[in-house]
Amino acid sequence: MTLATPEAQETPERTGRPTAVITGIGVAAPNGLGTEQWWQSTLSGTSGIGPVVDYDASRYPSRLVGRIAGFEAAEHIPGRLLPQTDRVTRLALVAGAEALADADANPAELAEQDGYGEYGCGVVTSNATGGFEFTHREIRKLWTQGPQQVSVYESFAWFYAVNTGQLSIRHKLRGPSGVLVSEQAGGLDAIGQSRRTLGQGVKLSLTGGMDSSLDPWGLVSHLASGRLSRSDDPATAYLPFDTRAAGQVPGEGGAMLVLEEETAARARGARVYGEIAGYAATFSPRPGSGRPPGLERAARLALADGGLGVEDVDVVFADAAGLPTADDEEAAALRALFGPYGVPVTAPKTLTGRLFGGGAPLDVAAALLALRDGVIPPTTGIDRPVPEHRLDLVRATPRQAPLRTALVLARGHGGFNAAVVVRSPETA
Amino acid sequence: MTITLDDLVLVLTECAGADDDVTLNGQNLDLPFTDLGYDSLALLETAALMKHRFGVELTDEEVTGIETPREFLDRVNHAAAQAA
Repeated sequence: MTLATPEAQETPERTGRPTAVITGIGVAAPNGLGTEQWWQSTLSGTSGIGPVVDYDASRYPSRLVGRIAGFEAAEHIPGRLLPQTDRVTRLALVAGAEALADADANPAELAEQDGYGEYGCGVVTSNATGGFEFTHREIRKLWTQGPQQVSVYESFAWFYAVNTGQLSIRHKLRGPSGVLVSEQAGGLDAIGQSRRTLGQGVKLSLTGGMDSSLDPWGLVSHLASGRLSRSDDPATAYLPFDTRAAGQVPGEGGAMLVLEEETAARARGARVYGEIAGYAATFSPRPGSGRPPGLERAARLALADGGLGVEDVDVVFADAAGLPTADDEEAAALRALFGPYGVPVTAPKTLTGRLFGGGAPLDVAAALLALRDGVIPPTTGIDRPVPEHRLDLVRATPRQAPLRTALVLARGHGGFNAAVVVRSPETA
Repeated sequence: MTITLDDLVLVLTECAGADDDVTLNGQNLDLPFTDLGYDSLALLETAALMKHRFGVELTDEEVTGIETPREFLDRVNHAAAQAA
């Protein structure tokens, strides 16, 4: 890294770790199934938020969701997998296959090659809610028809780790694998854990996150959080950093990324989107403790992990809770790091809603494509930004800018904070 | 009552799905289920639905000991004869 500070270069973690690069992206988002479709929607401000259409939600206090329309699982995955998978796992399988194809990587073939071996490829994903739709159906059978009628596949189809498991089986990703559950921060934690496995014999790790829990039972569980917007207007229901901010819209989907050790990726001639240069996670103190939230510290630690300073950051992808107090806290952290209006800030998740375990990997995908295309995607709908925030929020339309480094922030309900630093690929 | 291969294929497909890779028919009655792409969970699920549909009960131990479609049919038809 040419821009690393002398202090950072002496950090043993930094010098001893292999460089982790992203070589493949797969996306399943409410405003686009597939990376290019989603990215075009994101740049053109096309929203995936709309009213619930799959069932009558008229008696719910919140009726807007970010739903992936027109997803027919049978068109994408084998018939044998359908009876044993929830919608979330089907989405993860589709995005995982897209990411591996995009990276031109076939783990089963790589396992035969020098330097890889049977355990040379792994998978680490994030998930925050499990398989709601599947479980909803099976629990209904349990109380109406009895335990004998409950599918044996309920034993794992609901489970947070099921996306990792099915991806591992399907693509023969037999190396170190895992699942991270820390709500919206989980997607960055998964990427951090995936990066940690590189160099432990792992050359390639499929990572990212996926969530889907918008069936009637799932929506009720989101309502119970007390954080959902009660607006019926898709354009203004989720307005982070706006004076009208009054909650979130829950969405489904996420992104899968192919993370590789740079030398291995270069050796097989892979195209590189960028590097995961830094990662850190912190935990906020309990509310009312008087101590500050942990988001700023997570960002500082992630930059230090990458040997970078705040002056290196060209754009921030904010967590953007859409709740006044949480927005104030994030704006305060950004001011403390960069100064007032010190860095462009964006939150393209205004077009998808919050995707929980899948949200942050989608932001990392957006950051990588922003670096590639030299354009910052917009935060849509924000007409009245909170003046006290003093943020350089990229609103309404994309902003062209030369970009090398992006900071992605995420907070998970319950005190989780995580930050990832994404860097442009080094040019020879 | 005799449970036929057609019954088994129907129930198995309902429980564990189907694809074009392998089709269960009279030609491969002695192929292991694992070669046909059905794991032990698929068989447990199939046995549960057999009980629901035909009233034929196999213990979990019996089910997990079954390796081929022919053995499965022999077992359920034996159990059906016992129950009758």
